[in-house]
Amino acid sequence: MRPINEMTLTFPARSVNEGFARLAAAAFAAQLDPTMDELGDIKTVISEAVTNCIVHAYPDTLGSVRMRCRIYPDGRFEAAVADSGVGIADIEKAREPMFSTGGAERSGMGFTIMESFADSFTVRSRPGRGTTVRFTKRISPRAKK
Amino acid sequence: MDVKIERLRESLKISLKGELDQHEARGVLMRFGELESQALPARCVLDLSALGFTDSSGIAVLLGLERRVRDAGGELTVVNIPPQARRVFDAAGLSRVMRFE
Ligand SMILES: Nc1ncnc2c1ncn2[C@@H]1O[C@H](COP(=O)(O)OP(=O)(O)O)[C@@H](O)[C@H]1O
Ligand SMILES: [Mg+2]
Repeated sequence: MRPINEMTLTFPARSVNEGFARLAAAAFAAQLDPTMDELGDIKTVISEAVTNCIVHAYPDTLGSVRMRCRIYPDGRFEAAVADSGVGIADIEKAREPMFSTGGAERSGMGFTIMESFADSFTVRSRPGRGTTVRFTKRISPRAKK
Repeated sequence: MDVKIERLRESLKISLKGELDQHEARGVLMRFGELESQALPARCVLDLSALGFTDSSGIAVLLGLERRVRDAGGELTVVNIPPQARRVFDAAGLSRVMRFE
């Protein structure tokens, strides 16, 4: 199925862009007329994915984050959030609840939350090359709301 | 993010206003750090009615505050949790380790 609309944003991996990224994704998803709950889910997953690029991908440099959002005729919202940072050696382990290599303000629950808030969720990563997470969220048709 | 800390007669009330993410979490945890040096009242209330958004950074913030209050011999109650935050906390099973109202 071909998307009916799409947008891509690229921005430096600075934490101030976390709020910007989830607002931009939510504004784009608004075309599907989502409920507050559906919009909240999208913002939450975007926030987790973008934060991971900012916190984990670039320990020594200021890299960039790419966020691509698409919407489909069947009412699906899809996003891919990618970095070209250090990558994840053991994805299965990284996805375990409470696993974190971060500091005191990290809980290790990012992947767990992304999985439970999205309808489908995948992680691709290559050490030294970067990480891409992709998710979809079904937006229920307006008549049923 | 706005952190308001009020000392009431027999309790401490902390209110968070705005969006809580990794960008804001460090500052919030630092504000909680100020509590360490003071004697904490036994009852501590965290009011989230003005929390516009949180992601998993909020989980670390709540766990950090809960530990701080418990170490001081008190008890933390989290009140007025908005639906979006509630979904995030539930996904992490937070209500099993702290008091929600
Ligand atoms: N984009 C990324 N680049 C490199 N490592 C990552 C990335 N995303 C996640 N990770 C690794 O996976 C772990 C778990 O991520 P997550 O579940 O979001 O928890 P947290 O971010 O709280 O550590 C991180 O601590 C980090 O080691
Ligand atoms: Mg994370």
